[in-house]
Amino acid sequence: MTAVITSESRRARANTTTGSLVEQFRYGLAAPICLTWELTYACNLACAHCLSSSGRRDPAELSTAECKRVIDELERMQVFYVNIGGGEPTVRPDFWDLVDYATAHHVGVKFSTNGLRIIPEVARRLAGSDYIDVQISLDGATAEVNDAVRGHGSYALARRAMQHLADAGFEGFKISVVMTRHNVSQLDAFKAIADSFGAQLRITRLRPSGRGADVWDELHPTLGQQRELYDWLLAHGDNVLTGDSFFHLAGYGQGLPGLNMCGAGRVVCLIDPVGDVYACPFAIHDAFLAGNVRGPGGFAEVWRSSELFTELRRPQAAGACTSCAAYDACQGGCMAAKFFTGLPLDGPDPECVRGFGEAALASAGVRAAPRPSADHSHRGRRPVPVSIGPRPVDGPVPDRACEQSPLAGFAPSAAR
Amino acid sequence: MSTNAAIGVSAAGPGGLPAGVAPDESFDLDAPWRLHPQVSVRPERFGALLYHFGTRRLSFLKSPALLTVVQSLDSQPSARAACAAAGVVASDLPAYARALATLAAGSMITSGGQP
Repeated sequence: MTAVITSESRRARANTTTGSLVEQFRYGLAAPICLTWELTYACNLACAHCLSSSGRRDPAELSTAECKRVIDELERMQVFYVNIGGGEPTVRPDFWDLVDYATAHHVGVKFSTNGLRIIPEVARRLAGSDYIDVQISLDGATAEVNDAVRGHGSYALARRAMQHLADAGFEGFKISVVMTRHNVSQLDAFKAIADSFGAQLRITRLRPSGRGADVWDELHPTLGQQRELYDWLLAHGDNVLTGDSFFHLAGYGQGLPGLNMCGAGRVVCLIDPVGDVYACPFAIHDAFLAGNVRGPGGFAEVWRSSELFTELRRPQAAGACTSCAAYDACQGGCMAAKFFTGLPLDGPDPECVRGFGEAALASAGVRAAPRPSADHSHRGRRPVPVSIGPRPVDGPVPDRACEQSPLAGFAPSAAR
Repeated sequence: MSTNAAIGVSAAGPGGLPAGVAPDESFDLDAPWRLHPQVSVRPERFGALLYHFGTRRLSFLKSPALLTVVQSLDSQPSARAACAAAGVVASDLPAYARALATLAAGSMITSGGQP
């Protein structure tokens, strides 16, 4: 019979029996399916778990002309769309110019934002384009949970942007949630928020990448919560996006919707603000640096023939997981999660559902985990504490949160 | 089984086909079919990737032969003619019809005159 599949979940199950497409993907594609492009390290927020350690712009960030040359290349390679992020990409003065340039060159744009620039006029413009999708980051269904991680006022900022998008008639924008110990219990509430705006919920895994390495121990879901999350996805997964984030949970048995594979360097990669190309957005470290778009062969050369990507497209060793019955399902989990917790790449994921990761972390004792290669965090501005408490009383508090200015309450002197 | 599986189509994220949308089993091979104007086709080693900018969905064509059929739809009077031109033998036609039905259900291809 044909492998004709009518939904992601059915497809995922079919893949476990035929396997052919996923096997093909492991050898790499002519161009990435999921290309993340972080346009700037500059950000108005200082989220505790920022996977790119963003805050300050890097002086070497790609110029407008260089960005347009990258877009020209993506068009030639038939990269259908890019996931633009940061930092907060909309703080780049040429952001809308680049979005227009990409869509005019048949490269669709999905951009992630904390909502900073999504004013009514912008929302109306976005709603009018088939080639632009918007993803609003929200890490708590309540201000208390969200702001503890993303910073004071960030919940109101995100909600305001969602309201503007909904008012403008933008249907199906995404609400993107990183799952933490404090918000797994809010999954139904997140879904309700998405439904109330006619939006689609997207949930992804907390990685110990960037500043996430500093808070991972306290924030990553417990083993019990991972099961809760898995069961919730089995029940609601058809209308919830995951970016294939939770394939390590396939070790529980049934695969989740999606490809259930690590796409790093095979179907996925990252271009960072200075043009460095990494195997995935969660692996900003020299060990996963494949090249730079400023090189003679541009992005295409890096994608097609860099040493790192060529290596990733070869069969990978299962190492310590070889004898585990769940390996075929979970594939040993996430490369970046292992790397930044100091675990070997050919061993269990730190959040291995069978508990082998926890055991490996414990036996490693005091971890000598690698640090990210670049840190653009605001100097002297500590990441927001992850404990949940009353809102900070130091500094001015706007009388109407974010009404007069999205930067209300932001004290530039503290960022220097 | 392996032959037919290699002709298949997979729809994929974000979202795959909408819940409840099943491919029409009675695909009209004799109608003219066209690639949807918002669909982009990228050849790959295993066949091709299709992306629909309107629905933001991907589909995978699991064989180069199916890609040939899809690419020739625009210049052929019917899907049957496109299959014949691509050298599809009669015994394989039902499998190709099912694959094309999946593409039609996902609006990747449209019957002529109804873009």
